[in-house]
Amino acid sequence: MSIKKIAKGEFSQFVDELIGTQKVIGVTSKGDKYDFGQLESSKDLKLDYDVTLLPPKKYFQPPVETLVTYEGQGKYESQYDCEKFVLIGVHPYDMIAINQMDTLFSQDNYDSHYFARRNNATIVACDVVNPSKNIFASSMNTAVVKEGFDVLLTDIGDSYIAEAATEKGEKLLAVSKKSLSDADKADLEKRQEVWDKNDKSLNKHQLNCSVSYLPKLLERGYNNPVWEEKAKTCFACGSCNQVCPTCYCFDVQDDINWDMKSGRRDRCWDGCMLDGFTKVAGEHEFRKNKADRFRHRLYRKGKYVPSKIGGQIACVGCGRCVGACLPDIANPVNVYNKLVDDIGII
Amino acid sequence: MCNCCAEKKDIYLPQPATVQELKMMNDTELYLKISMDNEPLEYVPGQFVEVSIAGIGEAPISISSTPTLKGGFELVVRKIGNVTNAIHKLQKGNKVGIRGPLGKGIYPIEQTKGKDLVFICGGIGLVPQRSFINYVLDNRDDYGDVTILLGTRCPSERLFHSELEEWSKRDDITFLETVDKSDECWKGNVGVVTTLIPKVETDWKQAAVLICGPPVMYKFVLMSLMEKQVPSDNIYLNLERKMKCGVGKCGHCQINKYYVCIDGPVFCQSDLSDVPEAI
Repeated sequence: MSIKKIAKGEFSQFVDELIGTQKVIGVTSKGDKYDFGQLESSKDLKLDYDVTLLPPKKYFQPPVETLVTYEGQGKYESQYDCEKFVLIGVHPYDMIAINQMDTLFSQDNYDSHYFARRNNATIVACDVVNPSKNIFASSMNTAVVKEGFDVLLTDIGDSYIAEAATEKGEKLLAVSKKSLSDADKADLEKRQEVWDKNDKSLNKHQLNCSVSYLPKLLERGYNNPVWEEKAKTCFACGSCNQVCPTCYCFDVQDDINWDMKSGRRDRCWDGCMLDGFTKVAGEHEFRKNKADRFRHRLYRKGKYVPSKIGGQIACVGCGRCVGACLPDIANPVNVYNKLVDDIGII
Repeated sequence: MCNCCAEKKDIYLPQPATVQELKMMNDTELYLKISMDNEPLEYVPGQFVEVSIAGIGEAPISISSTPTLKGGFELVVRKIGNVTNAIHKLQKGNKVGIRGPLGKGIYPIEQTKGKDLVFICGGIGLVPQRSFINYVLDNRDDYGDVTILLGTRCPSERLFHSELEEWSKRDDITFLETVDKSDECWKGNVGVVTTLIPKVETDWKQAAVLICGPPVMYKFVLMSLMEKQVPSDNIYLNLERKMKCGVGKCGHCQINKYYVCIDGPVFCQSDLSDVPEAI
């Protein structure tokens, strides 16, 4: 696969050429913050962003999506969103989250709705230029990404290094009308410097144990007082769930049309922190206490989901939950560090 | 739909099915026999289906019939939530959507062959257990002593009256029944289901014990079984949780590391030792 060097001005031209051929989603400004949105011009693309408000998961699992429609009792038909699109500017931690979602939605039972979108996406990842104020990707080993993307961009000053990792990525770069030159050895060294730096410096919160130790740590932390302490001020608002790139729990709801016969079945984002998430008919609720839900969420990130995806930790250190949490209890590093303090490392 | 999607099976797509028979069993429980319009449902005891009422939603319902039953499968539905209330309005010949069978259904059909079996059922916990009970009765020679313990809140809530009567008459099984609260017509045992356990003469250390009932029942039953020194490898529990997708994605039914929908709903107790949320 090829590794090209593209001057920033040329890259803008390339993005405009892409916008002319297909739907292009990229990182755009939203006030003094950033979010993914459809690009109308390369001018709107901000590749030096710190973090987006929402992770790119919304392009693979939208907040609301129709799974099936019905024309009457027993008459159901699958619905799929099959539009091709390019997603530009996915940071390494978000790319790793997407890789994890790919595994989770394909294992046990293949989720064809998720993969209809996923397979139609061409992902252009980009290395972090400006770290956000709550990032701890270096602690989670997610500051640099090696797979999953179709193209990886690295800002090396006046140019980007663009590495095509897949056939899709090669095809995307071939859209450029101008022939792109190969990156030389010095360019690749510059890229390596960016990686080496990010590997250590994207770390506004320091996890006091190795990330691979988390499942073992949690094995012994179930009855620690930290869950009650933190959850005391929790609003159970689910903001941490919403902004998390690895939260994918959902609700399923029916809606009926005016003919009172036909309609659709949607799935929409849900959150394990919300009251009622485990409530069954008859009013029995299995995780009624906020502390139980708070613990469940961090156990999913550090133990339960990892056991399903070969040990990878399902917190990628984006820090979004830290910023989204009003009572300021969501920071996973603070919780895990408290467990390290109390239990120690064996 | 494009080609990329048409190739793959949609795990969320309900299949059309027809209600063949319906009968109210008491004030709140409806019996239904349903047949699939296309491919018949091939299931094992312990599995469940998602029943779809278009416009209302889906609900996970245990299959109550044995796979040896022909011409459809049986469900018993308590009228308690949105979907189950809609199910109670169904009539013979109505269409519904069915997804399934779902769940691992690890009722230990193979592992327990030749062994003594004790079924402990509380209330509508009889409904899923009945699938394996009737399977065992249809393959009676494959199993050792069979004991069925049933506890119901009050006589008016009892289900499957004629089947229970048949069970009580059979001499190749032991069927013991109790109610928590008696009425003037009831002549049988009175007390919770655990009061039946001391009456069972079986080799408890060898027998497979299968439990299904309301959440509150499990702790008391397990305490009684500990006294009888039943090994946890031989105890199977059917767990209930909130469920949406039924296929291991939506997260609602998660109990610690397990998803009830794909790892259960029947669990061996020895697999639940590090699962504090289980009961």
